[in-house]
Amino acid sequence: MSKLRLLFVKEAQASWISHLDLMRTFQRAFPRTELDIRHSQGYHPHPILSIVLPLPVGQSSDCELLDFEVVQESDGAGIAERLNTGMPRGLRVLDCYPAARPVRELAWLRADLWLEYDGGVPAEAAEKLRELFSSPSLVIQKRTKRKELAEVDIAPMIRAVSLTEEEGVIRADVTVQAQNPGLNPQLLGKAIERYLPELAPDFIRVRRRAVLDADGRDFR
Amino acid sequence: MDKRLERILPRVQKPARYVGGEYNAVIKDRAEVDTRVAFCFPDTYEIGMSNLGMRILYGVMNEMPGVWCERVYAPWGDMEQEMRRAGMPLFALESGDPVADFDIVAFSVGYEMAFPCMLNMLDLAGIPLHSAERTGLTPLVVAGGTAMYNAEPMADFLDIVSLGEGEDSTVELIQLHRRARREGWSREEFLRCAARVPGLYVPGLYDVTYHDDGTVAAITPLQGAPAVVTKRIVTDMDKSYFPVKTIVPSTEIVQDRVMLELFRGCIRGCRFCQAGYVYRPVRSRSADLCARYGVEACNDSGYQEVTLSSLSTSDYPPLTELCDELEPFCDRRHVNLSLPSLRADNFSMGIMQRLARGRKTGLTFAPEAGTQRLRDVINKNVTLEELLRSCHTAFAGGYNAVKLYFMLGLPTETDEDVLGIADVAARVMHAWREAAPNKNRGVRITVSTSWFVPKPHTAFQWEPQISREEYERRVKLLREAITTKTVTYNWHDSATSVIEAVLARGDRRLCRVLETVWRKGATLDAWEEYFSFERWQEAFAACGVDPAFYANRRRERDEIMPWSMISSGVTEDYLWREYQRSLKGLTTPDCRTRCNGCGANRLVGGKCDV
Repeated sequence: MSKLRLLFVKEAQASWISHLDLMRTFQRAFPRTELDIRHSQGYHPHPILSIVLPLPVGQSSDCELLDFEVVQESDGAGIAERLNTGMPRGLRVLDCYPAARPVRELAWLRADLWLEYDGGVPAEAAEKLRELFSSPSLVIQKRTKRKELAEVDIAPMIRAVSLTEEEGVIRADVTVQAQNPGLNPQLLGKAIERYLPELAPDFIRVRRRAVLDADGRDFR
Repeated sequence: MDKRLERILPRVQKPARYVGGEYNAVIKDRAEVDTRVAFCFPDTYEIGMSNLGMRILYGVMNEMPGVWCERVYAPWGDMEQEMRRAGMPLFALESGDPVADFDIVAFSVGYEMAFPCMLNMLDLAGIPLHSAERTGLTPLVVAGGTAMYNAEPMADFLDIVSLGEGEDSTVELIQLHRRARREGWSREEFLRCAARVPGLYVPGLYDVTYHDDGTVAAITPLQGAPAVVTKRIVTDMDKSYFPVKTIVPSTEIVQDRVMLELFRGCIRGCRFCQAGYVYRPVRSRSADLCARYGVEACNDSGYQEVTLSSLSTSDYPPLTELCDELEPFCDRRHVNLSLPSLRADNFSMGIMQRLARGRKTGLTFAPEAGTQRLRDVINKNVTLEELLRSCHTAFAGGYNAVKLYFMLGLPTETDEDVLGIADVAARVMHAWREAAPNKNRGVRITVSTSWFVPKPHTAFQWEPQISREEYERRVKLLREAITTKTVTYNWHDSATSVIEAVLARGDRRLCRVLETVWRKGATLDAWEEYFSFERWQEAFAACGVDPAFYANRRRERDEIMPWSMISSGVTEDYLWREYQRSLKGLTTPDCRTRCNGCGANRLVGGKCDV
């Protein structure tokens, strides 16, 4: 038996595949590897397969991780290539290797946010946003799992924000808490809407760039 | 990805259905393509992607050099609203290009209730609705599928109707269209030529006149169009295209498994069943080939379920051999076989043991009617004893749920027949008591009734549909007769069946009704969420059309049916003979027992290989 981990890219059309559908997509691709995924015991056995930090639908990522267990002994060599022969567009496996590090060591995630302004970036937007994201408290409304609205302060979950102005766009390179609790970087847009509504962008595009451990090194 | 689409997607349900990019979706280089086909299914992605016919023709067309066939599905209401607001026209999934820019816009339509959706899709695409308003060679609007055996309610909107199986005629149509574009033919010239291709019906080349009483007086073919267009079929299933490498959706669809087609046609001859008549004659694919396709399709797609598909799977002669042949592969790869269309008269222990091992959830049988008399009228040819024996076998084998399908409103039905349904359910319950090895788990018996809709090209095409009040009375009668708690009774919503009955045997005067109902907001009317009976009633009233004329009227033998220019290969004389036999309660044996002379044998050169 081996515990393996996949590193994969999810982008373009594939960024619209939901978490459950993504699991199904991988399950269908696994027979190509000739490895047998371990199944849970019980009346309705299900494959042991988990995506480490599910990506919100619509976002892209360079660094998705999927953990799974196989019946055979394997170090993951050649698996990525075989999986890639059966993937939809926008899903690409970069690597497969033994899952050595426990997931709890994953602490931060880094993402790029493109704040799109259809009428051009408003004057001094970057400075004002920089100031906003350095304030000690940023309370936004967020739906809880029970679908109720709750006030949440997201400032403590933001580690770094760096802003660059490009053509019609402000790019925000953000580092936020990954788990317990994690912060969806998209919610930075909610903070803008609440505190600087005149700077609310027309659209926010998000791409996850890296998952990091507590020391800020890539988590693999 | 289109920027407008990207902005819309976060706000709609199940966005994955609108982006394409699935494994095996065909992408071609625009520079190497001279014919673009937008293959439209007038329903949602989940329904359309579950259609095997569409997968076959998608493969056939994309195998043609220079042809790029792409898929188009109807957007759900939220998506349609967003698209209209953003000014985004209907687009094809593979390229994202607007449908209006394609050379051919082809619809696959299996159900009359999808007609308003076709109009809505044309409108979303920005294509003029009426055939007469489209002046050029492109886009050419074509439709095929079972609902097109009576295309008359859609006649004004379609340029060409493709009848029967499209594997060959689609290729011929594309080649003709390509030639017409290359040589600069006029649209009229092209349509005249298309009408001479066997299996292609050009509605605009037929003039229909009516008697004062509203029935059809004459159908006159114009400009050399044939008086009768006969459907096309594939004669040799072993040589016909099978989509081994087929699109694997990245989101869940209705038939999310390998669909392995064993045979076409049906030997049975149930008199209400349109599919049973229009798909004739029976043509089987050899078991070896089916097994090979099944394995290859699983290997390519990664699916772990194969459905053995046909109109009546237990009538496939080498069914056990096929299951046995697939068994080692299924075991190794944890693949389950499912058999959706079983008959209660030849369901055996052998078949049962090969079904979904481990998970014995439920079995479904369709006795269709509650008494032997009525089952004889419809030629179902299943006896109560056979049904009970099958249920007994299933219960003894560990099944603890059975679904039973019936129809209400069948010709000659009496209250005794209705009550007979409750009796059948009670006897099935009794069979469980006798056979179940472990009664602690209980049993679930589900009785479902639908409302019989007389369809064209069947023995009951002359029959009226019973009135809505009468249908509802019979539902109530049955509901009150089913008293056992273990029996659940579901009945089909009645209003949809009324409209279905009108459209199924409608004529060209319904084109106006369809346009009116669509303008009043009808789109995905096959869905309860969107269907509005009131809207249809308003449309009938606005057009001065009496729905009862189409749904509830008994036709005479000499009446010209609006779809008389279409032949499924089965003769009208045969259908009438079957109708007369049914009224006398006489059954007709299946095609394997004896040839009954339906006429479909002429499609395969005289003798069917049953």
